Amino acid sequence: MSGQAVVHVADVTKTFDVPGRGTMTALSGIDLLIGQGEFVSLIGPSGCGKSTLLRLIGDLTVPTSGTVMVNGKPAQQARVDRDYGIVFQSPVLFDWRNVEENVRLPLELIGTEKAAREARVTEMLELVELSDFRRHHPYQLSGGMQQRVSIARALAFEPALLLMDEPFGALDEMTRERMNSEVLKVWAQTGITVVFVTHSIPEAVFLSSRVAVMSARPGRITKVVDIDLPRPRTVETRENRRYFELVTEVREALRGMDGRVEADDAALDRAAAEGGIG
Amino acid sequence: MTALRRNLPAIVVFFTTLVLWEVVISSLDVRSFILPAPSSIANALVENWDVGYQIWPAAQTTFLEAAGGMVIGTVLGVLIALVISRWTLAGDIALPVAVAISAIPIIAFAPIANNWFGVLSPTSKMVIAAVLVFFPIMINVLRGLTEVPNSSLELMRSYAAGSMAVFRKVRVPNALPFFLTGLKVGTTLALIGAVVGEYFGGLNVALGRIVVQSASRLSFEVTWAAIIVASVVGIAMYLLIVAIERVAIPWHPAVRGDRIS
Amino acid sequence: MPRSPERPLKHPRRRRLLAILGFIGLVLVLWEGVKVIGGDPWRVNGELIWTPPLDLKFASDINLPHVWSIAAALSEPWRRSADTSLFMFLVGKALYTWREAAIGFALGAVTGIALAAAFVHSQLLERAFVPYVVASQTIPIVALAPMIVFFVGNEILAVVVVATYLTFFPVTIAMIRGLRSPDPRALELMRSYAAKRRTIFWKLRMPASVPYLFTALKIAATASIVGAIVGEGPGGVQDGLGRAILDFNQTYITGPEKLWAAILVTALLGISFYLLVRIAELWWLRDRASAVLT
Repeated sequence: MSGQAVVHVADVTKTFDVPGRGTMTALSGIDLLIGQGEFVSLIGPSGCGKSTLLRLIGDLTVPTSGTVMVNGKPAQQARVDRDYGIVFQSPVLFDWRNVEENVRLPLELIGTEKAAREARVTEMLELVELSDFRRHHPYQLSGGMQQRVSIARALAFEPALLLMDEPFGALDEMTRERMNSEVLKVWAQTGITVVFVTHSIPEAVFLSSRVAVMSARPGRITKVVDIDLPRPRTVETRENRRYFELVTEVREALRGMDGRVEADDAALDRAAAEGGIG
Repeated sequence: MTALRRNLPAIVVFFTTLVLWEVVISSLDVRSFILPAPSSIANALVENWDVGYQIWPAAQTTFLEAAGGMVIGTVLGVLIALVISRWTLAGDIALPVAVAISAIPIIAFAPIANNWFGVLSPTSKMVIAAVLVFFPIMINVLRGLTEVPNSSLELMRSYAAGSMAVFRKVRVPNALPFFLTGLKVGTTLALIGAVVGEYFGGLNVALGRIVVQSASRLSFEVTWAAIIVASVVGIAMYLLIVAIERVAIPWHPAVRGDRIS
Repeated sequence: MPRSPERPLKHPRRRRLLAILGFIGLVLVLWEGVKVIGGDPWRVNGELIWTPPLDLKFASDINLPHVWSIAAALSEPWRRSADTSLFMFLVGKALYTWREAAIGFALGAVTGIALAAAFVHSQLLERAFVPYVVASQTIPIVALAPMIVFFVGNEILAVVVVATYLTFFPVTIAMIRGLRSPDPRALELMRSYAAKRRTIFWKLRMPASVPYLFTALKIAATASIVGAIVGEGPGGVQDGLGRAILDFNQTYITGPEKLWAAILVTALLGISFYLLVRIAELWWLRDRASAVLT
């Protein structure tokens, strides 16, 4: 761990009321400390509460007990101070705004002065290599391009922290690998701290400095794997022996908790649809 | 594919129908009061354009009634929707009530409106049109303001955006396509409202009156001419909204797609 | 503000009922409130019970009868020396109108489904005729009503034609959407079974379109009643609600309550037909998740 803590989650529990099934514990006894400039992935089976944990950090939902601090402040204060940007699984672009207008949205809300705003939008679009598409509308872009717009938007106001909730889950494998490299490039250029939720073991290992492996029912962090692969990570990284060892280590950490998970999944999925567990 | 090629089948149907209609009527010697030939309808239209039944001034009157009702109904519908959408339980209460009201044949109120606002005054017709226009506008705008994707609201929450910002940047643009859909439905209803209002009485230089009177005198060419003019007014109002839609929401699937869906 | 996503709505049905009852209460209060501000002196059975303080009189007993006057009129004979009450009289008319509307509704639904099936299977037909289907609705159909009466000769048939005309459009449009709604993969699955178009239509497209059909039928239910009432006016049908509205309109000055009562019954008829379709929808789609909504 390097530098001061950007995210500090201490003894957090989160329960949901599932109609007809009583209370379900989505997260239990979560402790997590993420330092400045880290890239931490949260990985686990469906229903392990990894998205819920991300949303707790973003103050999009509140813990039942425990505390969540971001940049040394309560999560709510951090959200009000715009300390983080977020990228969801779907791009959540506004259809009625073109690419640059979508990227500009948070800057408008913050009240950035116009000249600075335009400069910043230009800079962000260059970063995600979409300068030629500034006037396109979202429907004219591919899924991968839409998600790049969403990343540019999340970074537009220079937040200290970037939260990514399975951002590439809906993309095909090839696009996903390319996007992985792009995210690492952005991360290296900006020095931002990233919390990244994913289903994919190779993705988690390739991107992260640490991978937090979670189990379900109740959601807990069972193991944290340090990823000591050299940087910059490139196509060769994926062929590195150490890479395979780490993939195996994460896979084995995930194993052994599969069997008991499936039964409750349907109920939890339903609760997730209504209550926002993920 | 060019617009011409796409519309060719529809154009062919139009002219074929017209020619067949003329040929059948004149060759079979159908009595004109059952179905006049296109040529005699055209004749009647020209003869009664600004004299006789005065179809042109009548069309202007009816259009003004419909347009006036459209404006009143739209303004009220949008305002009420804005007010209701500020309440937490808006959808729960307003929508079932609106569904119940929309199940009421509102044109039954036409005679009442004539009684209230004067049977000879265009105001009474405007009011009927306005009442008919009000509900689709109100319901659509309300849905547009409230049925916002949860993910958009969450994004705005992550920016700590206030409710006013959410309203301006998310709810209003989200409601725009709904509003235009309401307007499209509204144009037809406004015209129906005006014509039905005229049925239940009013000054004679109005399309609804011409239809009633010419039909009772068995001058069906005139009746048909008035109906066609009313249709053209209706289609023109509808197309105006479609044109506005193209400019206002070019990104919307309904505008982008080339087929109805 | 939006409901918190973590608090699912409890008892939606009971709340909805309460909302509607509350709304009816509100209308009654507003109605009599208007009478308080601008009404004639209040009388019950000819006895003066209260005089509104402001002498505005914009809501006279002719313009806006008291709620209880309308209720009383409903229980009294519909005209002097008649032995049926106004309510039973209007219910009889309503049933007659409903029968016309229901025939038009059924014909319109069948027409709409048939047209949609044709359009979905032939792009040429779709290109040739859908513009006219859309244009047909921008025509104020009521303007056609008197023509249709003369054209088809039979009065009741004319009413049915108008009701059909108003019904077929929402059904056609919704069914085009509904028949196109199956997942392309489901269509490919059927093709992998070498299913014929006819089989795909009955086993996939039709079942998939049922929710769309019911949405349209709910709109069409009201529309067919409107069509029947409007059609009765010029058609000279003597036994329906449309005729009753016209008649009571003529005698409005002597008995305004009767016209209001007729309108009330018309509203109830519209709502009843709507609910009938809604019940059919709930029953038909009882095993599908989508029916729980809306």
